[in-house]
Amino acid sequence: MFSGDQIADSLERLGVTHVVTVPDSTIGQWQSEIESRATMKVVRVCREGEAWEVAAGLELGGARPVVMIQCTGFFESGDAIRNVLHDWKLPIASIIGYRSYLSQETLPGDTCLVFTEPLLDAWKIDYRLLTKPTDIGVIVEHLSACRSANKPGAIVVAEGKA
Amino acid sequence: MSAPAKATRFVAKDALVALHYARDARDVVITTMSPARDWMTLTQSPLDIVFVPSAMGHATSLGLGLALAQPDRRVIVCNGDGSMLMNLGSLVTIAGAGATNVVVLVFQNGVYEVTGAQPMPAQADLTAIARGAGFQSVFEFSDIDEWTSSINDVLAARGPVFAVLHVAPDVGIPGPKSPGPAGERARRLREALSS
Repeated sequence: MFSGDQIADSLERLGVTHVVTVPDSTIGQWQSEIESRATMKVVRVCREGEAWEVAAGLELGGARPVVMIQCTGFFESGDAIRNVLHDWKLPIASIIGYRSYLSQETLPGDTCLVFTEPLLDAWKIDYRLLTKPTDIGVIVEHLSACRSANKPGAIVVAEGKA
Repeated sequence: MSAPAKATRFVAKDALVALHYARDARDVVITTMSPARDWMTLTQSPLDIVFVPSAMGHATSLGLGLALAQPDRRVIVCNGDGSMLMNLGSLVTIAGAGATNVVVLVFQNGVYEVTGAQPMPAQADLTAIARGAGFQSVFEFSDIDEWTSSINDVLAARGPVFAVLHVAPDVGIPGPKSPGPAGERARRLREALSS
């Protein structure tokens, strides 16, 4: 739905310095373009829970990270999300791929559709769901607003086949 | 996987006392679980992060983020072996990120101490795991005098650095208490790091 160029442009406009990520077949396609930008570094972690704490350290150290993971990794991240966003009250931004939202051809009845949005609500994360190419501007708009309010915000990107 | 049998284990707090004197004033020191409990009795540097409350096993990940954001500072992570086992992948992440300013010290007592000294799934050879993950300098100590005389070399070694300290468990002593609201401590730390 979005190109790496569009995502990298949006992250640059947000002043992002580090993209902490585990790839999936959609968000992984953006890595090379993000990495080509002089203003940003990609930090590859082994599992998504790590990403939130690496981002916490970056934030405490004065950098501007964003966590970029799939919703399955978001599910895995619960304890780290609780700790970083709610114990330490760090306004970490995230971009979360929403598996199977646009197509369940590979995984009919994918339970990601059942749990993704309720869990975002449960973790008290203010998110916007992007489902069409013209939504690209929402990334900067929403994450800037969350930053100004000193609260964590997420962009949830609808994905096609898993 | 079994670690070599250790003839001796030393007192964890003695190891932290040595670190307290050896650290540079610009170093960030992160402590969690039992090391956090003892560290709080030794020092109150504005660059200390008592990682309580924590996310299980994530002190090393927090340390990596700080090290990447502050490449001119050394970041020392004092971890437990139970915590380390919960986040072994972070060792690969640290090495892969090329964070040469990270020092991971694992206080290996062989048990889940703060929950009552229950046994772990196995006694892992964490030094072998760190080497395999790509850490540049790896050490192991089972004697306090050896640790005390080597600590400056450990801290100055080519990073990322990993060291196992074979310490005795303090059975029956409660785990660390939070020294205050974490959000406020985060704000103070950011200020200290920016000055």
